[in-house]
Amino acid sequence: MVPADRAFRALRLLLPIVVAAGGTAGWELIVRLDNIPPYVLPAPSAIFSTLFSDWDVLGQSLLTTLLTTLEGFIAASAGGILLALIFNLSKLIEFSLLPYAVILQVTPVIAIAPLLLIYLPQQTAVVVCAWIVGFFPVLSNTTLGLNSVDRNLAGLFRLYRASRWQTLLFLKLPTALPYILGGLRIAGGLSLIGAVVAEIAAGTAGAGSGLAYRIAESGYRLNIPRMFAALLLLSVAGIVIYAVLALVSHLVLRRWHESALGKEN
Amino acid sequence: MTQTALPEAGLDAAGLAVSLREVTKIYDSGVTALGPLDLRVRKGEFVSLLGPSGCGKSTALRLMAGLAEPSAGHVQISPHGRASLPGQGIGFVFQEPTLMPWTSVRENVRLPLKLAHVPLAESEPRITEALRSVGLAEFADSYPRQLSGGMKMRVSLARALVTNPDILLMDEPFAALDEITRFRLNDDLLALWRNLNKTVIFVTHSVFESVYLSERVIVMTERPGRISTEIAIEAPEPRGEQFRTSAAYGEYCRKLSAALAPSYSGQALL
Repeated sequence: MVPADRAFRALRLLLPIVVAAGGTAGWELIVRLDNIPPYVLPAPSAIFSTLFSDWDVLGQSLLTTLLTTLEGFIAASAGGILLALIFNLSKLIEFSLLPYAVILQVTPVIAIAPLLLIYLPQQTAVVVCAWIVGFFPVLSNTTLGLNSVDRNLAGLFRLYRASRWQTLLFLKLPTALPYILGGLRIAGGLSLIGAVVAEIAAGTAGAGSGLAYRIAESGYRLNIPRMFAALLLLSVAGIVIYAVLALVSHLVLRRWHESALGKEN
Repeated sequence: MTQTALPEAGLDAAGLAVSLREVTKIYDSGVTALGPLDLRVRKGEFVSLLGPSGCGKSTALRLMAGLAEPSAGHVQISPHGRASLPGQGIGFVFQEPTLMPWTSVRENVRLPLKLAHVPLAESEPRITEALRSVGLAEFADSYPRQLSGGMKMRVSLARALVTNPDILLMDEPFAALDEITRFRLNDDLLALWRNLNKTVIFVTHSVFESVYLSERVIVMTERPGRISTEIAIEAPEPRGEQFRTSAAYGEYCRKLSAALAPSYSGQALL
């Protein structure tokens, strides 16, 4: 690697950190100089100290939300990939069901959540919300991938009398893999959003213990520092989910796919 | 079903590997791409189909491979009978290498055997042999993206050879390569053909390539593709640089270019 390249990479890493540090310092300074009370705008230091002092409550809530997100994400991934495979095998099923998948996607989940909470047990309803938001990108990406098979390779499989199962396993799925991984990356973040939306809807209805519920609850109690602390945790959770999925995608594709190859190729 | 890979008594008796009778191909759009076309290829023969772009020569090849169905007429294929597994009598090499980018050279070459459920222990030596025959033995564990265009084409050829097919169908396989690489691959292909005793049907739009490689060149007309002329190329074996620079070679090229000329007469030269 040439030195200029290395400096460039260092800048990419350093600059966002500098921005964060500068922003936080400025925020702290304004709150202190203007004597802004914490229920209007808490200083970053107050938010961090709340994060530690309330960790028992917040940590537990973080775990709950992450678990919901994970369940929703797994359901969305499995559902999306499976449905795409079924659509790929049968045009009739695709024509019958695709419009409803689209309708489910375009109807805002925040409007569906209260209804789900009426008909389903709360925990189930929250997972279903996470699933509804997450499954469509997986479905549409997987479908796109399965339809992107090289025409000549498909001809070769026919020439060698490949069975449907072999064609799916050795040709269609590997072709679709980068697309599926792209879909999963989107679904990870969306599952978190779905979980949060459902928790907020559920929180107003009664019991709940996820992070979003903590935000709503702290809002009623004017515990603004805790709202910020919970928000910070949600944001970090989102970043971690994205990073983990991006890493998985890179590890799976690094041997062959353009997206994961270095510039030297 | 007008196409079959089963040995045909009639074809075998006549020593033919491929027989096309009054074959026509009309696309769904109504365009007649090919025919009517009559073509017979002897077992072990090296035949080139030469013609302008879009004359349907690739379509003819796809019909022989069973990758497309003729709109009318009969396509009969008779492998010599050495390959016993279904779908293994024919090898097809596309214009692009058409490799699976997600797996190694070895796995790409293994594909036809894997699809026929050949056990691993049996397929391994065949893969090694096929890769050696195209000079890529030490690249078995590379990925396609790590190879040059010519090497990818060799992998594609190895994949076609690994089933030991009797009939090799090649669709402008070297058209996208530079001239140096193409000459070398031409020589390699000729050596393979001499040693392995295969029927080769080679589609190209290069007059020079067709003369250098073939025993017989079939010139096709513009769309819809028909046979306009057939020229047998007689040259001392083995062919090599000496033939390529000989007067006879130049004479064949001149004759074929003249035979091709009517195809272009309708088009303005830019």
